[in-house]
Amino acid sequence: MSLTGLFLCTFLAEHLAGNLLLFVNDGGEMYEKYSEFLVSNPVIRTIEIVLFASIIWHALSGFVVWLQNRRARPVKYEEYRLGDNTELASRMTMLSGSVIFFFLVIHLGSFFVPLRVTGSDVGAYHLVQEKFSSLWFSGFYVLALLLLAYHLRHGFQSAFQTLGLRGKGYDSILSAIAFIFWFVIPLGFASIPVYFYFFRRASGAAFTLGLL
Amino acid sequence: MNFKLKIWRQKNSTDKGRFVEYLVKNISPDASFLEMLDVLNVELTRRGEEPVAFDHDCREGICGSCGIMINGRAHGPGHGAATCELRMRAFQDNETIVAEPWRAKPFPVLRDLVVDRSSFDRIMVAGGYISAKTGGVPDGNAIPISKPIADQAMDAAACIGCGACVAACPNSSAMLFVAAKVSHLALLPQGQPERKSRVERMVAQMDAEGFGNCSNNYACEAECPKEISVSNIARMNTEYILAKIR
Repeated sequence: MSLTGLFLCTFLAEHLAGNLLLFVNDGGEMYEKYSEFLVSNPVIRTIEIVLFASIIWHALSGFVVWLQNRRARPVKYEEYRLGDNTELASRMTMLSGSVIFFFLVIHLGSFFVPLRVTGSDVGAYHLVQEKFSSLWFSGFYVLALLLLAYHLRHGFQSAFQTLGLRGKGYDSILSAIAFIFWFVIPLGFASIPVYFYFFRRASGAAFTLGLL
Repeated sequence: MNFKLKIWRQKNSTDKGRFVEYLVKNISPDASFLEMLDVLNVELTRRGEEPVAFDHDCREGICGSCGIMINGRAHGPGHGAATCELRMRAFQDNETIVAEPWRAKPFPVLRDLVVDRSSFDRIMVAGGYISAKTGGVPDGNAIPISKPIADQAMDAAACIGCGACVAACPNSSAMLFVAAKVSHLALLPQGQPERKSRVERMVAQMDAEGFGNCSNNYACEAECPKEISVSNIARMNTEYILAKIR
């Protein structure tokens, strides 16, 4: 869980770095080139397989661990004040993970499948623009990214604990890096649907002008 | 002080068990939780009822015998204290107090608040020992161990094996207990001959007993009466990984 989790974290950093090209004000020209590169580069295509395998491994092992942990306490407590001693993020990894998995299915179906598998009439930039014009779609993205933040708030430090790399005198550096992963990166991702919904909506120019 | 108690009563390991409510009156705020149960049991005996069974021995927080889930917390409210060290002043007058046994598959309930913790013993048998013949007690200054290492080993050795870590953990994981035992011996020279096999065997036995997996919630550290740090779990994970790849 820890190794696949950390690998997926590195992917998130790369994915966000690339997606920040969406903010370049050139009508999506640079983003189209970047998208084209991702689809055609053989190295990326190889890493893609590792990436999908990691997601599946991470989700499956998470599910197995959850199931085993449930079985370890067949009779539940009448009163159990777990919240006194643990963080919310640590208690809801199964919930946040499940929503993220559901999100990934929608996300891949919306962008990966048309751009990489079936082929799309419109370019990548315009597809993004079109999808995020929907309030429901953008709202769901923001909600899923909020849960991703919670998932990583627990998960990032947890991976280092599992690998035995915590409590060795550099915990403050580790929590600073953890902050980037659980807060800055999900915030960066969430800014994309928000930006597109309010300022780059496919048919929403009038709305934007009205808002301003 | 007066209290309303809601206590788990179970005749034996096959009985289904249920909660029974009792009233206790005129309890000193300085009485320990176990002394309060003693008062209840005297009253129950007088009435010809079966007294509440609970584990206890030293009653000064060093033996690890006692352990009750009190109001949803292992060893009750507060930190760094076993059930025997918990005073009734920690509760409000007339408060309803829920007392139930540790809940975990490897800790089957034997009677009322007593659970069978022999799964911990079997983990110890699997590797919690040293084979080095250490002889008599050597002079303190003759042992070549630095102060920081000795302190870390001592902090881990403070584990009394009460099972609060398992009881508090949402996954019923025994990682803190096993990690304390592994750390304690892995840090000291006497523990080196079995260093590799110890961690492998103890972890294997822990899994065989049916304890859950650690998901790094750290509820164990918060409820441990000896305040054993989860950094011991990180150390055990390192020991385990190194034992597997070497």
